[in-house]
Amino acid sequence: MLISGWGRYPLEECVLQQPRSETDLLALLGQGPLIARGNGRGYGDCAQNAACTVDMRRFNRMLTFDPATGCLAAEAGVLLSDVIASFLPRGWFPTVTPGTKYVTVGGMVAADVHGKNHHRDGSFGAFVDWLDVLGADGQVRRCSRDQNAELFAWTIGGMGLTGVILRAAFRLRRVESAWIRQTILPSPNLETAMRIFEDHAAASYSVAWIDCLAGGSALGRSIIALGEHAMAAELPAPSRTHPYDVPAKKKLRIPFDMPAVLMNSWTVRAFNAAYYHREAGKRGERLVDWDSYFYPLDALADWNRIYGRPGFLQFQCVLPLAGAHRGLTALLRVIAESGQGSFLAVLKRLGGGQGGAFSFPLEGYTLALDFPVSSRSLALMERLDEIVLAHGGRFYLAKDSRLSARTLRASDDRVAQLVEMRRGLAATSFRSSQSERLQL
Amino acid sequence: MTSEPVLVVGGRSDIGLAIAHRFAAAGHAVQLAARNVTTLAVDKADIELRHGVAVTLCELDILATESLPGFVDQLAPLPAVAVCVVGLLGDQAAAETDLKAAALVMRSNYEGPALLTGLLANRFAKRGHGTIVGISSVAGDRGRARNYVYGSAKAGYTAFLSGLRNRLAKTPVHVMTVLPGFVRTRMTEGMALPPRLVAAPEDVAEAIFRGVAKRKDVLYTKPVWRLVMAVIRALPESVFKRTNL
Ligand SMILES: Cc1cc2nc3c(=O)[nH]c(=O)nc-3n(C[C@H](O)[C@H](O)[C@H](O)COP(=O)(O)OP(=O)(O)OC[C@H]3O[C@@H](n4cnc5c(N)ncnc54)[C@H](O)[C@@H]3O)c2cc1C
Ligand SMILES: NC(=O)c1ccc[n+]([C@@H]2O[C@H](COP(=O)([O-])OP(=O)(O)OC[C@H]3O[C@@H](n4cnc5c(N)ncnc54)[C@H](OP(=O)(O)O)[C@@H]3O)[C@@H](O)[C@H]2O)c1
Repeated sequence: MLISGWGRYPLEECVLQQPRSETDLLALLGQGPLIARGNGRGYGDCAQNAACTVDMRRFNRMLTFDPATGCLAAEAGVLLSDVIASFLPRGWFPTVTPGTKYVTVGGMVAADVHGKNHHRDGSFGAFVDWLDVLGADGQVRRCSRDQNAELFAWTIGGMGLTGVILRAAFRLRRVESAWIRQTILPSPNLETAMRIFEDHAAASYSVAWIDCLAGGSALGRSIIALGEHAMAAELPAPSRTHPYDVPAKKKLRIPFDMPAVLMNSWTVRAFNAAYYHREAGKRGERLVDWDSYFYPLDALADWNRIYGRPGFLQFQCVLPLAGAHRGLTALLRVIAESGQGSFLAVLKRLGGGQGGAFSFPLEGYTLALDFPVSSRSLALMERLDEIVLAHGGRFYLAKDSRLSARTLRASDDRVAQLVEMRRGLAATSFRSSQSERLQL
Repeated sequence: MTSEPVLVVGGRSDIGLAIAHRFAAAGHAVQLAARNVTTLAVDKADIELRHGVAVTLCELDILATESLPGFVDQLAPLPAVAVCVVGLLGDQAAAETDLKAAALVMRSNYEGPALLTGLLANRFAKRGHGTIVGISSVAGDRGRARNYVYGSAKAGYTAFLSGLRNRLAKTPVHVMTVLPGFVRTRMTEGMALPPRLVAAPEDVAEAIFRGVAKRKDVLYTKPVWRLVMAVIRALPESVFKRTNL
């Protein structure tokens, strides 16, 4: 079966297995190397293996919930969208969520995902109480900060390379409503955008859409969106009595692969300029429902088809705080000059919270953007790699489909430790196309 | 909708579980009956957690005929909706030569489901309300070489449900026959199925949920199948017998 990540590149012919039980999984483990796959929302080739890709979505049961602590134990294939559907009406929301709700619990742990609150709360791993991990020896181990602590640390952010996550217990947070008080702050350039992030370090949520094609004095112009969970008392009267109800939304679908030529520098430049001015006009505070605030892209099913058949690449790096301004300026200049940037570009301040032993986030700024698949994009991204390396930054493997093993090693001295940790059975049992490319 | 309990017989099947989730999502308590029912403990927890309803588990082998009245007696309370999902595809080739294999398919798709549905219908009639949902199959619409042992048993069950509905038409008890086409489940795992004709268990569950609310009599869970089967039924036997459908 042809399989790819969300970016639809690289497409690979893989044997897809859909086990229903631990017994089924054990049988697969005996047959050779495999990689666990969640809902395929990683962009690149992290969740595929030609010989054996293991779809975990049949492990999809919620197990226990403790309302005293907000701790939910669930099987790894449970979707975040289902967690929200069950628990938001009861006043609970995920403590950390990525920009799509169509991810599995296992995928969130394995990538140690970060959300718009990373600067304050850290990544998903910080709210995981324990994991059950199936190891290469066929044993299932409960691990936590106190028990099998090393396995716990490396599995969070370990991209499926330490074993198969079977179950996880993680915390939800109390919310009084399903609404977010959103504040829009336009910023004419990068410097102001960064200052706004620093000034609003106390905001619960913050993220910026950045126009990566604007150059010159408008380099890095952004729309920053801050957010706070609204208290019930802050809602308009009709919602106050039903604070967890939000209007039903229509879901749109991209019905076919759009011709790749539609995504060119003119259309994107024009779109970005129009978008900036429209959003800048919304300056100020308003109430937004949870789905529109956290998951705007989810309203457009199959939106990855807008890049056409060849698919797209995502570039996401983080630069340490100290050199972030210089590094981001250099990155944005190269992108703006190339004219290859996309509509979807995101800038976000990450905090210093410690996730797993191989997690992506570090204190600084993360920039994420898409490029259509082409040799020009690949060449551009290699130039960007060099800038990231020069500024001490690193790369997010959940988004990667093209990094070289050499660049990864140059960016991250934890690679050697991961390889060491995996030495032996794990290295031969858990392999993805990405781990092979990166020689992990 | 009320939130009276819904009984799903064949609770371990993908379709059965999807039905349980759908009704639980609407606030119904759920009674799951199956063989080796303790294996459903995790699903019980899952349904209870997700939907905030109570789930009870009852052991049942639908072929243990003498145990059926006792099974119905111990249901507390008697459910508002009873769905029988039990079925067995079996191995057609084996069923052609092995009497035991054929008998098992016949009993699992016809005898057991029909006897249990009949018992439940009598209780519902006595109580004065209730909905019986019997899952048969489009395979029962015309016997084909590929699966006629299974298909004939399903045809029997379809006829049984039709008669039961006819008998109870003047009472408040509602009988719905469900005719799924291909569904992606354990039963069809590994088979190459035409994608346009295949449904997910959740689609079947949604169709059944709505069908119960609308008091449908016969439900093709994927409407295209009504057309497909009308064409297949319309073929003259002299033509049909030469086909390889
Ligand atoms: C629109 C969009 C927005 C996004 N926004 C963000 C964001 O804001 N922040 C962020 O951090 N990420 C973001 N992501 C990335 C996404 O959150 C991660 O890639 C996440 O890992 C996807 O989860 P999944 O269940 O789809 O996993 P997959 O994509 O299927 O797998 C991802 C990785 O997890 C591993 N894995 C999955 N399940 C298991 C398991 N049971 N056991 C062991 N390993 C497993 C896989 O091997 C693979 O390495 C976004 C992605 C999209 C498409
Ligand atoms: N999948 C399709 O394409 C399709 C198409 C048309 C109709 N259907 C019908 O849909 C129904 C559900 O099927 P499915 O696809 O979900 O497949 P399935 O998983 O095989 O479901 C059949 C269920 O029947 C149960 N069962 C069999 N004999 C039993 C007995 N003696 N006592 C108690 N339970 C018994 C099985 O229980 P165990 O788990 O204990 O074995 C199993 O859970 C069946 O009636 C099937 O004929 C399916």
